[in-house]
Amino acid sequence: MSKSFRVLCADCTRMLQVHREICGYCGCCVSVCPEGALELIDAYLEVGESCTGCGICAKVCPLGALEVTDEVQV
Amino acid sequence: MKSRYDVIVVGGGPGGAIAARTAAEKGLSVFLAEKRPAIGAPVRCAEGIGKEALAEFIDPDPRWISAELKGAEIVAPDGTSMRLASEQAGSKVGYILDRKFFDRELVWRAAEAGADVAVKTRAVAPVLDGGAVKGAVFEYCGERRRVAADVVIAADGVESKFSRWCGIDTTVPVREIMTSAQYLMTDIDIDPYTTVFLLGNEVAPEGYLWIFPKGERTANVGIGISGKKSGAGHRARDYLDKFVSSRFPGGKTIEHIVGGVSVCRPLSCTVADGLMIIGDAARVVDPLTGGGIYNAMFTGRLAAATAVAAISKGDCSKAALMPYDTAWRKSPMGETIARNWQIKEYLIKLPDEKLNAIIQSAASLNLKEFSTLSLIRELMKRNPKLVVELAALKASLG
Repeated sequence: MSKSFRVLCADCTRMLQVHREICGYCGCCVSVCPEGALELIDAYLEVGESCTGCGICAKVCPLGALEVTDEVQV
Repeated sequence: MKSRYDVIVVGGGPGGAIAARTAAEKGLSVFLAEKRPAIGAPVRCAEGIGKEALAEFIDPDPRWISAELKGAEIVAPDGTSMRLASEQAGSKVGYILDRKFFDRELVWRAAEAGADVAVKTRAVAPVLDGGAVKGAVFEYCGERRRVAADVVIAADGVESKFSRWCGIDTTVPVREIMTSAQYLMTDIDIDPYTTVFLLGNEVAPEGYLWIFPKGERTANVGIGISGKKSGAGHRARDYLDKFVSSRFPGGKTIEHIVGGVSVCRPLSCTVADGLMIIGDAARVVDPLTGGGIYNAMFTGRLAAATAVAAISKGDCSKAALMPYDTAWRKSPMGETIARNWQIKEYLIKLPDEKLNAIIQSAASLNLKEFSTLSLIRELMKRNPKLVVELAALKASLG
């Protein structure tokens, strides 16, 4: 998981993981996020605190770079 | 970057570049900001545009045209193919651009017209005053600067974050995002003058797969599928890999491209106090074809012209900018979007057998105009049932 980036979502049980080694930094996920929590900064996808872990972004990602997990991993 | 301009354009794609150039040519001071470090890269586009559509904005130039097209081929789920050509013999119908160079050319022209241009410069927030947009805050290499403007034109593409920060919901419904993947492939056997569209629920659910030539043995091979149909093990990339491994096993991929294309209806309103939204950010992509270059340039030019008029009158309120929204909706582009959205909604619900039957109705069609409208009209002539099913559209189809 070293190349991933995890954000604890607003409800504190789910986390959005960005697998940076897969991400094509295209912004598809940004356009569907109902919370406006995602922002693409060149080759870096930033996940904001308003993320609820709903998983819509993970579903539409053309590459499968996003994953919502239930447990907190260290 | 100065601290004040007449117009700020957020985003340096074709829409933003045309907006900046138009406003600068009319004598306004313009700041065009692109968040990426380079104009035109990475490409997130299949790069197709119609011949007449392009000619409205710029004369074709071999430096940024990869291929000239003579026709198209539509392939049904069962493999039946229908060839489309223009009635005007020998005439070109469109181009596949080289967006890296095309976008640069457009931005260069905006700069030449007098616009200030900055790259690696990301808008991070609007400057708001009593709810009205009065500029933007930009970040460049970790430093933030506030830039004032009478009008901001949001041309920030599919992500469309700037308008969202201004309180406008730009979220694309999951079922109406085309999640897309494309390989620029070389050393493949293709017809270098024909675009190919492959349909079917196995090939590209609620979308299509395309082969757009970029040269003798080179093409953009890509796919867009509905976000609703996407998930682990069946993503855009999975469908593309499956197709490529059977159709072009010896091909070489020299560029890996991904993206999202909205095929929803446009934003319900594309203006606010001090703000106009254009192109993909306004969700004005053609919902049937997924094409957005022309629509972005068209709305960009219109928004800039509206900004010129509003600024000269000293009123950049929502009401003063509303003529932009009204004009594009009433334009042929706006009408095409409205009509093609309905056609798209109909087509995505068709089972493969029905698609097969429609495409089997003609092995080839010579279209008066090379347009989706012309194609749909021809298909309706040959498939009387379509007339009934598309009854709601009868008036607009003529």
